[in-house]
Amino acid sequence: MALLESKLDPARAVFDQVVPAGDGFTHVVKRGQILRIVDLEGNQAADTLFYDAHAPENRYSAVDTVREQGNIYLTTGTKLMSSEGDVLMTIVADTCGRHDTLGGACAAESNQVRYALDKKYMHACRDTFLLTAACCTKDLSKKDITANVNFFMNVPVTPEGKLTFEDGVSGPGRYVEMRADRDVRVLISNCPQLNNPCNGYNPTPVRVLIWEVNHDG
Amino acid sequence: MTESQLILEESLRGGQTWSRVVRRGQTLRLTDVEGGAALAALFYNAEEPSERYNMPDTLKAQQIARLTAGFVLYSDMGRVLCSVTQDSVGWHDTITGHGTATHARAKFGEGSYQKLRNDWHRNSRDNFLVELGKYDLGKRDIVANLNFFVKVAVDEHGSLSFVPGHSKPGGFVELRAEMNTLIVLSNTPHPLDPSPTYAPKPIALTLRTGAPAGQNDPCRLSRPENARGFTLTESYFAGRG
Repeated sequence: MALLESKLDPARAVFDQVVPAGDGFTHVVKRGQILRIVDLEGNQAADTLFYDAHAPENRYSAVDTVREQGNIYLTTGTKLMSSEGDVLMTIVADTCGRHDTLGGACAAESNQVRYALDKKYMHACRDTFLLTAACCTKDLSKKDITANVNFFMNVPVTPEGKLTFEDGVSGPGRYVEMRADRDVRVLISNCPQLNNPCNGYNPTPVRVLIWEVNHDG
Repeated sequence: MTESQLILEESLRGGQTWSRVVRRGQTLRLTDVEGGAALAALFYNAEEPSERYNMPDTLKAQQIARLTAGFVLYSDMGRVLCSVTQDSVGWHDTITGHGTATHARAKFGEGSYQKLRNDWHRNSRDNFLVELGKYDLGKRDIVANLNFFVKVAVDEHGSLSFVPGHSKPGGFVELRAEMNTLIVLSNTPHPLDPSPTYAPKPIALTLRTGAPAGQNDPCRLSRPENARGFTLTESYFAGRG
């Protein structure tokens, strides 16, 4: 785990917003800006997708990201790759140490499969993604909701090919910070999952900050 | 039970694409004739293609990071598109995606049609765009794919390594469609294959009639998640006569 702290001062951020558990968030991060997501209370999964702001079909690709870096876990130095082979974001600081991108987002339907048929009523990330895409963007819909990053989430894979959801590796105040390598739309579902330990069975808020490094760096 | 009937046999050359709507209950056997094949695959509900193979949902429902017999391919709607009913290979990748023209050029050099005619260097990204385009699907429909016959091992630190020679000559995997499934295949080298030579291997395809998973089917019984997945799939087809 490569822990690296940031020198950026939250008081000088140009954008600062708390996203409550179960809510969606979207914003365009301009090329060169730095985005930080803070796990305010610990053990909270922030399901996150990225799109080229000017060509959203050029979007975050989990499989391209893990293949190109030769490792399934995301941390400082990871380049978040697009489906077209472009670098969308680069992780530049990380006090959590490792983030998942194979576990995807929860959905009402996958909750039925994973937990019980009567779990369909429960709030899920896919609902948040769909609603935020429909309400807050002009060009995103179901087809654009693909395999996401789960910041602060721990999904280990064994050499035998097993995959499990484990208790979080994160803690209160831990954060991940990334630089936009082009203008990137960020879409976050602050995960409402109550059926597994990805949020410690207690979904909590995350904080999103953005810096202009030219003025602050 | 009625005897399974052969519907078609086809061979897929290196570099080639293939697609077909495989009807609920039909089985598709893929055979790696010479060994060392890599076959990229995508799956869609033929009736509503916005419902498609979902890598994360497939992995987390079954707590796996690979595909083999006894496991199923989930759509994003909690339904089973296909079951893996037989497999002599033991590990099929679904976490490392597919290659692009940029990968092919970097590894194999220029491989233009002008120079090589139909042995030109193809890549799965372009192949998928071509084959999906025939159904009016495109870039937004390309998601994390399966790579049949490919093993990319994951060590305890999460590092990936391509396993050369993983699939032996005659290795096969058999899928049974549990929905009317548009299957799209692209037969090009995997981007992590270290071989410097562009040499995709032939694949034999056999499509047969059959029936969807019965009550005692091993894929259904392999774990309670799959029993629920099949229930949701059957619910989707209920009342259709």
